[in-house]
Amino acid sequence: MEKRFIYADNAATTAVSEEVLNAMLPHFTKAYGNASSIYKLGRDAQRDIENAREKVAKAIGADPKEIFFTSCGSEADNWAIKGIAENMAKKGKKHIITSVFEHHAVLHTCEYLEKHGYEVTYVPVSADGFVNPEDIRNAIREDTALVTIMYANNEIGTIQPIEEIAKICKEKKVIFHTDAVQAVGHVEIDVKKQGIDMLSLSGHKIHAQKGIGALYVRKGITLPNLIHGGAQERNKRAGTENVPAIVGLGVAIESATRDIAGKNAIITPRRNRLIDGILQLPYTRLNGDRDKRLAGNLNISIEGIEGESLLLMLDLNGICASSGSACTSGSLDPSHVLLAIGLKHEVAHGSLRLSIEEDVTDEDVDYILEVVPKVVDRLRSMSPVWEKMMKGESYE
Amino acid sequence: MMYSEKVLDHFSNPRNVGEIENADGVGEIGNAKCGDIMKMYLKIDNNIITDAKFKTFGCGAAVATSSMATELIKGKSIDDALKLTNDAVVEALDGLPAVKIHCSVLAEQAVRSALSDYYTKQGIDPLPIVGEIKMPEE
Repeated sequence: MEKRFIYADNAATTAVSEEVLNAMLPHFTKAYGNASSIYKLGRDAQRDIENAREKVAKAIGADPKEIFFTSCGSEADNWAIKGIAENMAKKGKKHIITSVFEHHAVLHTCEYLEKHGYEVTYVPVSADGFVNPEDIRNAIREDTALVTIMYANNEIGTIQPIEEIAKICKEKKVIFHTDAVQAVGHVEIDVKKQGIDMLSLSGHKIHAQKGIGALYVRKGITLPNLIHGGAQERNKRAGTENVPAIVGLGVAIESATRDIAGKNAIITPRRNRLIDGILQLPYTRLNGDRDKRLAGNLNISIEGIEGESLLLMLDLNGICASSGSACTSGSLDPSHVLLAIGLKHEVAHGSLRLSIEEDVTDEDVDYILEVVPKVVDRLRSMSPVWEKMMKGESYE
Repeated sequence: MMYSEKVLDHFSNPRNVGEIENADGVGEIGNAKCGDIMKMYLKIDNNIITDAKFKTFGCGAAVATSSMATELIKGKSIDDALKLTNDAVVEALDGLPAVKIHCSVLAEQAVRSALSDYYTKQGIDPLPIVGEIKMPEE
């Protein structure tokens, strides 16, 4: 078996596409004007920023005036949550609803607000990885300022019932924000049809560069300024615009949303083959619902082994993957997402996440399915936990 | 997180993996909940550790520190093995990331746990000789 290089961690980040890079390049050395300048070089930069804004808006069904560029998805999340919290506190509303398995950009922001006099309700998620909209309905109070639920989970890929949650929020007149960093470009999003009030997205997950994101804020919702200074981003976020990154995001999101169904039709069967192949190993389980998940995502727990070792072994075989193991996070606890769906610590430690795109071919799938069982066998052969499992002894 | 070449070498080609049948001392440390378990087997003749093997469930550093610890005690006297510190394991591996230092402590304790078992099997109270085995915190 010839060694291959396979990037199967697109949920972590993606390569900048040639198309995006080519669109960005002139903005470094030729079209380098400051968009606030009056002369043509500056006006051109302003025009290119607004073109990109239109593309981002169009990709999610928003109006360009509702799009604010940020430096990343986390910034968009922080701004949305802390901004609404600040504004609504003036009306005596200091309660926020989120879920237990959000990205840390949302969770840690909520925890920060808890330390500053806000109350946060963390709704649970089901064993197959979904927020129950009725839990949101039941959690909403008179003083609820914001509901924030991720569009698709970054680890297990489950796509949340966003429209239903948005509908409940509208009924109850509560602002609804969604972190759609993992969803944009992989599922059809239309903020108007779906009733989404605010949405965070990130460029580097869809083949733009790292360091660019955007926040959609529905017309009628006002946010406090994030950065005070110049008049950029409609006076809300000062700082000279990162024109190349913004232009790149425009091209990237246009490309990523052009034919989502077509892409998914290629990726899904390959992803399913990976799921079925890896699940042939004994003592494995798929985390998250099989169907209502991102097309390229799979997350499987492999008992008896530890995730970081698995990733290192896969890396030695040219495969880039990810795990919810504690060891990969630098803390003692494994993934909060896997614990939230009810996995035991020792099972969560041995999880494998692959996130593939169209460039992972059928031959690559064959290769992964050859490598994974070998690596798992090797790690299990040296695992005292596996030894006990095979003897039917408890290892807890 | 950066692993040294030596850690990666001991992870990808671990020395002394396996079990020793009828081992003179067997020690196990850690728990699966925390994500690390080391099991160590020793063969001891005339106070000399003639063979050492291990099985480890854990991260790259857990495997590498187990491997290095067995290398450092093989052929040594029990007295020398009792002097093995986690710092010595870390140094022999050209360092470990700060969040992985606990793995080297596990390796040190796994050796002590196996020696403790050896004395127990000999009918000797291990506590005065080996001291208390530190179990990792959950």
